[in-house]
Amino acid sequence: MSVSDTTALPLAEESGPAITPLRKGTDPMATAAAGPWRLVARKLVRQKLAMAAGAMIVLLYLVALFCEVIAPGLPETSRAQYTFAPPQRLGLFVNKPDGTSTFQLHVKGYRTEIDKVALRRTFVVDETRIVPVGFFVKGPAYTLWGLIPMDTHLIGPLRPSDPMYLLGTDRLGRDLFSRLIYGTRVSMSIGLIGVSLSLMLGVVLGALAGFYGGWVDMLIGRLVEVVSAMPTIPLWLGLAAAIPVTWSPLQVYFVITIIVSLLAWTSLAREVRGRFLALRNEDFVTAARLDGSRERRLIFRHILPSLTSHILAVVTLAIPTMIVAETSLSFLGIGLKPPVVSWGVLLQDAQNVRTVATAPWLLFWPAAAVVLAVLSFNFFGDGLRDAADPYHG
Amino acid sequence: MAGYILRRILYMIPTLFGMSLISFLIIELPPGDYLTSLLATMSDSGQTIDPAQVELLKSIYGLDQPFYVQYFKWIWGILSRGDFGYSFEWNQPVSKLIWERMGSTLLISILSLVFVWVVSFPIGLYSAVKRHSIGDHVFTLIGFLGLAIPNFILALVLMYVAFAWLGQSVGGLYSPEFADAPWSWDKFVDLLAHLWIPIIIIGSSGTAALIRILRANLTDELNKPYVLTARAKGLPEHEVVLIYPVRIALNPFVSALGWVLPHLVSGVTIVAIVLNLPTAGPLLFRALVSQDMYLAGSFILLLSALTLVGMLVSDVLLALLDPRIRLG
Repeated sequence: MSVSDTTALPLAEESGPAITPLRKGTDPMATAAAGPWRLVARKLVRQKLAMAAGAMIVLLYLVALFCEVIAPGLPETSRAQYTFAPPQRLGLFVNKPDGTSTFQLHVKGYRTEIDKVALRRTFVVDETRIVPVGFFVKGPAYTLWGLIPMDTHLIGPLRPSDPMYLLGTDRLGRDLFSRLIYGTRVSMSIGLIGVSLSLMLGVVLGALAGFYGGWVDMLIGRLVEVVSAMPTIPLWLGLAAAIPVTWSPLQVYFVITIIVSLLAWTSLAREVRGRFLALRNEDFVTAARLDGSRERRLIFRHILPSLTSHILAVVTLAIPTMIVAETSLSFLGIGLKPPVVSWGVLLQDAQNVRTVATAPWLLFWPAAAVVLAVLSFNFFGDGLRDAADPYHG
Repeated sequence: MAGYILRRILYMIPTLFGMSLISFLIIELPPGDYLTSLLATMSDSGQTIDPAQVELLKSIYGLDQPFYVQYFKWIWGILSRGDFGYSFEWNQPVSKLIWERMGSTLLISILSLVFVWVVSFPIGLYSAVKRHSIGDHVFTLIGFLGLAIPNFILALVLMYVAFAWLGQSVGGLYSPEFADAPWSWDKFVDLLAHLWIPIIIIGSSGTAALIRILRANLTDELNKPYVLTARAKGLPEHEVVLIYPVRIALNPFVSALGWVLPHLVSGVTIVAIVLNLPTAGPLLFRALVSQDMYLAGSFILLLSALTLVGMLVSDVLLALLDPRIRLG
């Protein structure tokens, strides 16, 4: 409560009993009986920004899960006649020859013109050529999750051979929208898998340090200090550069995940250690110890559950670092490599200023995807951190 | 105080040891060593290398001996004669290649740090004093964006903007006509004209973080009873805010030297690769790609040592500022 707020209170309210008035709409009995998770959830729901960010994260992971269905095409399909085709606008109404208009989802086709000065093709939107677009249309065949053969796409041109490039194409005439959707799966999953590895490392080492103290704490503390003091990007570069070029994309994917997680566990370990130190001498831990619980049971059954919400918050805040790490490495060409599609691999096409000047969408959309993901995780993580301790503040 | 500094320096040694171990691990990580592949390429293209020189290099760096012997030889070379190893790509000792690059890295990092301080102080102060004002919300939003946009994407966007709208290329530290010219006032102005873009890019996320910290700390401080007392005594508002609360809330500015510096050094590395600045970044990257590992490992070690020195300076400054740390 800030100073100006207290002084601004009218006298009538101040003359009441000296207790904090209840917030409207809270039922004291329900709150008293609610479990910690319900309290955390209740506190989280009150933060609108965090909830919106949470919804965004769910959406991104849904896109990652069903990328084959959502993308109108396949990431590798290239059409040489449409290199660097600009993004098309999705139109709703089509004008008929008799002057009336009907509802028909569509995009406008392209016409090429030769630029006489620069001697290169430029695309012009051809107003007369209408490409009708529909939902759940038949398109190129794929196998969902490598298991179920399908050919239905969430959105696509009604005639599969028509061009529909909502976000434009790259230098090989591949659909950027489809590639971005497929990239979501790789980029978002690296964050998730990497963070689970970090989580294991961080929780185990942090718990050991915080629980045992003494020389274990000292040793782990030094390790945390060394790793967190080293500048991350040079270290990532150094580790990623050692990946042999002959490895398969899947192997590279896992090694990159490991590299990314190797440097990110320190903040988690520090957080867990701090909480352990604080909880080690709490009454409920002493009680469990006197009841004859072994150390493993003490750590995993009594202490860890009471800091799960804090760990969740730190984990959420660690994911964006991983996504940015993967993106940076792939962008520099020593992370994931084509034919794997990730946001970083897409940004690799935007490395050259001249390419970006011809096709700014190649920089804009992948960058926007990265920023959107990072912002969502940051906002949600911040909200989670505020809600993590429902009994204070 | 001298005892405290000495303790801190002694405390640094094991950390530095750990860092050198990790750096050497990176040197050893790629399969095969550079010398072998160099010899292979050279014999493929029909060139020859003096066998005596190969034997000499092998014996100096212990290339045919186990890991710990090589590590020991490497570290001993650095400590005893400043020899960081041999760059097989440049055919020169590493120590001849790195110092100039480290100097420009240090320069840009420090300038970025100054930028972070200068920008985040007034904004953090304003945001804390005028909490929930429109200005505060605007700065918070910009701050979140600054934290969320990776450095290299910001660099790409600025490069594109400069290229498409200003018709200017922003790579490098000098315009072509000044690149090899001797130092002059014009060259200095030219340097400044190129320097501001990387500094803003590199400083963006640190600035955003520091604004948030200053805002939070100062808000806590402003709600304390002594501030109320000062107001009640009728002190003018600027004295109420500036004399005590700001001084206490400034501690993170000093400790920032410790934790912002690794970020800045990281940022300098990748931004320099994108913008082609003559710092450690591009050379490190090239060395890694061509597996010129002594050069790469030495850069990683020195960049790490740089952040460690930053932490030491920040600890010493904090101890000077705050007797609780010095005596506690």
